[in-house]
Amino acid sequence: MADDYREPVSTGLAPAAALPYAEFGDRAISLEPGVGGRTMVLNFGPQHPATHGTLRVVLELDGEIVRRCDPEIGFLHTGFEKLGEFRTLNQFITVTDRMNYMSAMNNNVGFAIACEEMLELEIPERAQLIRVIMCELGRIADHILCVGLQAMDLGAFSVMLWSFIEREKLYDIFEMTSGGRLTTSYGRVGGLAFDLPDDVVPRIRDFLEKVPAVIDEIEKMLIGNRIFRDRTIGVGVLPREAAISHGVTGPMLRATGVARDLRRDRPYSGYETFDFEVPVRNDGDCFARFEIRLAEMREAVSISLQAIERLRPGPFNALDHKVTLPDKDDVYTKMESLIHHFMLTMPGHGPEVPKGEFYSATESPNGELGWLIVSDGTAIPYRVRVRPPSYYNYSSIAVMVEGGLISDLVAVLSSLNIIAGELDR
Amino acid sequence: MIWSLLVAFGVFFILTNGLPPALVYAERKLAAGIQNRVGPNRVGPYGLLQPIADAIKLLFKEDVTPRGADKFLFSIAPILSFVPAALAFAIIPFGNYAGEVRLQVADLNVGILFATAIISLGAYGIAFGGWASNSKFPLLAAVRSSAQLISYEVVMALALVAMIMTYGTVRTEVMVLAQAVPLAETGPFAYLPAWGVFQQPIAFVLFVICCFAENNRAPFDMPECEAELVGGYHTEYSSMKFALFFQGEYIAMTTMSALIVTIFLGGWHFPGMDVADHSVGMGILTILVFMAKLLGVLFFYIWVRWTLPRFRYDQVMRLCWKGCIPIALVNIAITGIIGVLYS
Repeated sequence: MADDYREPVSTGLAPAAALPYAEFGDRAISLEPGVGGRTMVLNFGPQHPATHGTLRVVLELDGEIVRRCDPEIGFLHTGFEKLGEFRTLNQFITVTDRMNYMSAMNNNVGFAIACEEMLELEIPERAQLIRVIMCELGRIADHILCVGLQAMDLGAFSVMLWSFIEREKLYDIFEMTSGGRLTTSYGRVGGLAFDLPDDVVPRIRDFLEKVPAVIDEIEKMLIGNRIFRDRTIGVGVLPREAAISHGVTGPMLRATGVARDLRRDRPYSGYETFDFEVPVRNDGDCFARFEIRLAEMREAVSISLQAIERLRPGPFNALDHKVTLPDKDDVYTKMESLIHHFMLTMPGHGPEVPKGEFYSATESPNGELGWLIVSDGTAIPYRVRVRPPSYYNYSSIAVMVEGGLISDLVAVLSSLNIIAGELDR
Repeated sequence: MIWSLLVAFGVFFILTNGLPPALVYAERKLAAGIQNRVGPNRVGPYGLLQPIADAIKLLFKEDVTPRGADKFLFSIAPILSFVPAALAFAIIPFGNYAGEVRLQVADLNVGILFATAIISLGAYGIAFGGWASNSKFPLLAAVRSSAQLISYEVVMALALVAMIMTYGTVRTEVMVLAQAVPLAETGPFAYLPAWGVFQQPIAFVLFVICCFAENNRAPFDMPECEAELVGGYHTEYSSMKFALFFQGEYIAMTTMSALIVTIFLGGWHFPGMDVADHSVGMGILTILVFMAKLLGVLFFYIWVRWTLPRFRYDQVMRLCWKGCIPIALVNIAITGIIGVLYS
């Protein structure tokens, strides 16, 4: 952006120390005349209705025009990554829930897949299909809420509540599956925590048949609405080069015309066997991101239905009991299983983990969710580093906001779908 | 005479002070209906006592004045937004004669001009409230609202000019009587009453847009858009000061709806009524007709609010200066030409 603007303007009237400055971070914003007179520094957040989480954007305003935008994080720092150095792999699954509480299923499964690639485990087909179903449902839960919040921040409050109702239905499904609504902790290294209960499948099928009508309704309500189009088309444009250089991924990247979807480009959980499209838009504005999310929800419905069709009874955990817990009946009756159980659950023991660094990424609803696991050969990793999509997506906000109005900032913030939990880790 | 005044003031008081709480309840219930929710249903039967519970809650809240606020303006701002809206209602004829009683508080000879003058005072409430708070979000809201209200008052006045030319009067009572005739002597339009909306559909649309903008209602709720400016001009207000702003907004909504009904929807007139019938029964019937129309317009207000997204500030101004004002001017010209041709 305009670098010349960032130079403090020297007026020659007063010594620099006496000038009003607002200090934040390593930069000081001059309150001296910007373009067209004095500028105002506005703290947007951390308590603000549009931030949807705890984050702060410091704005330098010239009237209502945002001259400079400084995103800040750290208000929800929880030390998730540090916790990874004191937890075994399976124990860390519960932490991954809390990183992205909007799509906990995707995080559980993402971390489990990273561990499995490290351990070179084979996962039975049923477990993979259940993971695909749950990930796609998680994607719908995330996108439908994001779309609703995008509408709410632009003033269409009703759309948000319509989407909330659908999300509630999804949470009912998650609760029947895993026992948890928000923090599911359903994935396990080597498979799943439990098998998918039989009575959930018709419920999922029913939901998948009804949700396209709601998506259509949201689309009808907003896509053709002149006010909504004026508020989003050409607003918060993220150029393709800027998106790539900021490491933006997921729907935001695909809205700039880059067809990068890890489900297709680096298949995991058998995604290569499914028939689905990767929706792409070229404009890179808020409207494109909105459209992408609607289109991705439709694809997610299609993928889930395909997975349900293929679902057959079978094991839901890898049979390598050096990693996954053996059947409880076997633990009580068989020596071998008892030893496995002991080795997996007692402190100081655990699965044999190869030494080294391992990186694996899955396509979470917000983009590339990567896990770098540094292992020293024990059951507890030396370091777990997360590559959360929100962090990189949020870093590009200044590009989209500077030069626009405050109202545009709200439109942009809601289209980023920032989850503060994975922003700060 | 004293009875006449008492009755008029009684109805006036009910409409301005009794309707807003009912309106809050109606808005919440209607919004709930639109959003597939239940709405308030805990306090009293069907949640009917919810507005009263809200009022009591606000009454007992701590009244905070922010540090550095201009105390006088900070206190006077809610009153300034509340009083003019209620005052403007005085010129609305909410019924024909009931016996000897004329169902209008004040039949001023400047009529509608008084209403526009008084309503525009409401902008001061928001501007003072936002400025006196000594806070940045309310300040932005105050700037927005000053610009918005002044701009849309121009359109409103221009739309009214066309109506004054059509009716040949500024007195609201005479305006209603002018609408109480058939639209045409013969032909298919003979069945339609000569309501303003049929005579001046363009002015009607412009006026309704202005009413939304003047009331800061969605999609024109720039000064209080929650997602951007937190609470807008009343971010720093609490307790009864906030309640007054809240009440003032709903009274302003009622007053604006009453103006729409009076100028464009025939006021208390309904097709087939005998205007010369001054019986008490007829008087009550006209009040009910007026109320029905008023509630219809208010329903439209609420319906729009919970359906449409919000404009952006510059788009609001563009709509006003580049859209509404040229149309209003052309409308006046056409009205004048037709008036000359058919006089």
